Amino acid sequence: MKRIITLTVRDRSGVLNRVTGLLQRRQFNIASISVGPTETEGVSKMTLVVEVEDEQRLEQVTKQLNKQIDVLKVSDITDKAIVVRELALIKVSSSAQLRSEINGIIDPFRALIIDVSKDSLAVQITGRPDKIDALIELLRPYGIKEIARTGLTAFQRGHQPQVNDIPSYTLLK
Amino acid sequence: MKVEAKLEFQPSTEPKIGADLLINLLIKEGVDTIFGYPGGAVLPIYDGIYRAKGRINHILFRHEQGMIHAAEGYARITGKPGVVIATSGPGATNLVTGITDAMMDSLPLVIFTGQVARSVIGTDAFQEADVMAITTPITKHNYQVQDITDLPRIVKEAFHIASTGRPGPVLVDVPKDISASILDSDVPEDACIDLPGYQPTLKPNPLQIRKLADTLEKASRPVILSGAGVLHAHASDELTAFAEKHQLPVVNTLLGLGTFPADSPLSLGMGGMHGTYAANMALYECDLLINFGARFDDRLTGNLKHFAPNAKVAHIDIDPAEIGKNVPTQIPIVADAKEALKELLSQTNASPEHGSWLEKLTNYKQEYPLWYKLDPSGMSPQWLIEAIHKATKGEAIVATDVGQHQMWAAQYYTFNRPHRWITSGGLGTMGFGFPAAIGAQVASPESTVVAIVGDAGFQMTLQELSVIYEQNLPVKIFIVNNGALGMVRQWQELLHGNRISESILGSQPNFVKLAESYGIRGQRIDTQEDLIASLPELIAYDGPLLVDCRVMQQEKVFPMMAPGKGLHELIGVKPI
Ligand SMILES: Cc1ncc(C[n+]2csc(CCOP(=O)(O)OP(=O)(O)O)c2C)c(N)n1
Repeated sequence: MKRIITLTVRDRSGVLNRVTGLLQRRQFNIASISVGPTETEGVSKMTLVVEVEDEQRLEQVTKQLNKQIDVLKVSDITDKAIVVRELALIKVSSSAQLRSEINGIIDPFRALIIDVSKDSLAVQITGRPDKIDALIELLRPYGIKEIARTGLTAFQRGHQPQVNDIPSYTLLK
Repeated sequence: MKVEAKLEFQPSTEPKIGADLLINLLIKEGVDTIFGYPGGAVLPIYDGIYRAKGRINHILFRHEQGMIHAAEGYARITGKPGVVIATSGPGATNLVTGITDAMMDSLPLVIFTGQVARSVIGTDAFQEADVMAITTPITKHNYQVQDITDLPRIVKEAFHIASTGRPGPVLVDVPKDISASILDSDVPEDACIDLPGYQPTLKPNPLQIRKLADTLEKASRPVILSGAGVLHAHASDELTAFAEKHQLPVVNTLLGLGTFPADSPLSLGMGGMHGTYAANMALYECDLLINFGARFDDRLTGNLKHFAPNAKVAHIDIDPAEIGKNVPTQIPIVADAKEALKELLSQTNASPEHGSWLEKLTNYKQEYPLWYKLDPSGMSPQWLIEAIHKATKGEAIVATDVGQHQMWAAQYYTFNRPHRWITSGGLGTMGFGFPAAIGAQVASPESTVVAIVGDAGFQMTLQELSVIYEQNLPVKIFIVNNGALGMVRQWQELLHGNRISESILGSQPNFVKLAESYGIRGQRIDTQEDLIASLPELIAYDGPLLVDCRVMQQEKVFPMMAPGKGLHELIGVKPI
């Protein structure tokens, strides 16, 4: 199963290596990872998408991440009410004649054409990864030359519907 | 003019450098001994050590691996971090085995490595190695000092992290220009720890304690598993009190030997691959397993399918990540073992009714004790260990290397007290035993320290004979000499169709002469009679000593749980 795990970490040299090295050593697959600064100076946030077999492995990965000295907080937010976004840049083969046809496809996705050349154009799309996947499938027949994706980033919505206010990480699960 | 020139050579007028600050910080942390080896990148630090003569003791080893194992032995006995200093590049990479060993066995170390100057880091400079990357997976934490003003905080944090929670090695990489930098007089030596991401849980959750107490009350086949966490928590007394209060049988892990008195009727001895029948069957048949500070290593559990298959498992560990890692756990308790035991002792629950279980286990003990056959013409290794046990009244500090002799020492050198047993459990590092014994003797100069080593493993770090000679450390080395990589030979005989491949040592040094060439007394023992005649005098000998004990090569360690097998599938439980 794919899980979305967010980490807040101290912005110290080597911290990304600590996290990815740990996941590799303990045989966890990283589907995507994104890192950036947060509202607090000296604190960064990582969003990991990891592939785990079962609950036990999931518990292990969060516990092992928590053990890192530079990791401040680990949350598995997969089952929370969350906002998830990813950004993708897609370069599609396209002659001038096809441009408006492609425009028609990308428009409902609220994607933008951000670069045009003689035989290609570049589309920028932001959204949930499945939305990006869907657009990529629609564009594939035109010939995709290049894709660059950021990996997803996410956080919890301001309002969580359920009352079960369990902390995101508990030792007593 | 003359006066001025003279003043220049007065040490007191030399400017203070980063290294002086470092040494001051170590002294402040209560460090009495540095296990070290100099080199280019730590020359400034050695200036600091030179100037601090009399305030801190430095022991020069002969190989960085030897010195870090010594620091591990020191840490095992004192509970304080062993402090290691090595140079950059090869000095640092020579430490890797010891760092990994300490990580696996949760030993507190604070390691300082030199690094090339900051201006050339990343240029493949002379003796540059990426020590941070190399040691990230094998340390609890590591630092590279980027600014001299960070040093006081880093040193404080390093000692704190190494010695609290689940202990472990912490490495501090010190670029040469930092240790050589001339100090502004206003670099403050005091610093605060700044570790918001590191807060080990010590106190147990009271609800979980109650749950365990209630479950125990209803159990009919309870057993305690006691591991090295009990040592780190100094909780042997509490563990013993708890076991005795409820008459609970106790199994020790290899590293947990000594946490519970071996001569107690409740003691089942060691569990695992070469554990006793009674210990392993108790783990197999129990309905409640209470694990204090053991990590369910595979050499203990065997095939997990057959590990405590009908038991509820309670696991008390200071490291939450160990709970549920290998064995599903119904009662997880994140805590220091001592805190948890104190809470458990204060519960008012009745004891379980498990008389018939105790009877059964006692029968197992009587029916399937450890056994071996005496060698009529020479010496059997198990007998040798028993003889050493007797001659030292079971009171020695015993350090072992890795292999058959290690398992025999674990089986036959039984302990009634903790903090006397030093062995490489998790990594199984050959070459560990002798230098670890040196560290133990440094930590406890008055104790009788015995190194029980194999003839092969000893040769991996024997260069440290110089150290025991130089420091006049009365370590007693007993080589259990079977002329083979005994444990490998045993596996080949039993599990690889007797294909004895590259496990017999074709030649050996004359160990007695070897010792003598280092200035140390050496003695060879060939038979039981020889040993009986000389052992009391050897143990009483006030100085370093090497005893080359010739034992039969064919002897095997039994019982044995073959790899992939379960606890109930021991072989060699009865004399063959
Ligand atoms: C550094 C290292 N290399 C290899 C091994 C694998 N190994 C485990 S036990 C053993 C044999 C040890 O022989 P010896 O030191 O003579 O002890 P014995 O088993 O004969 O008592 C070997 C090679 C190891 N544990 N450590």
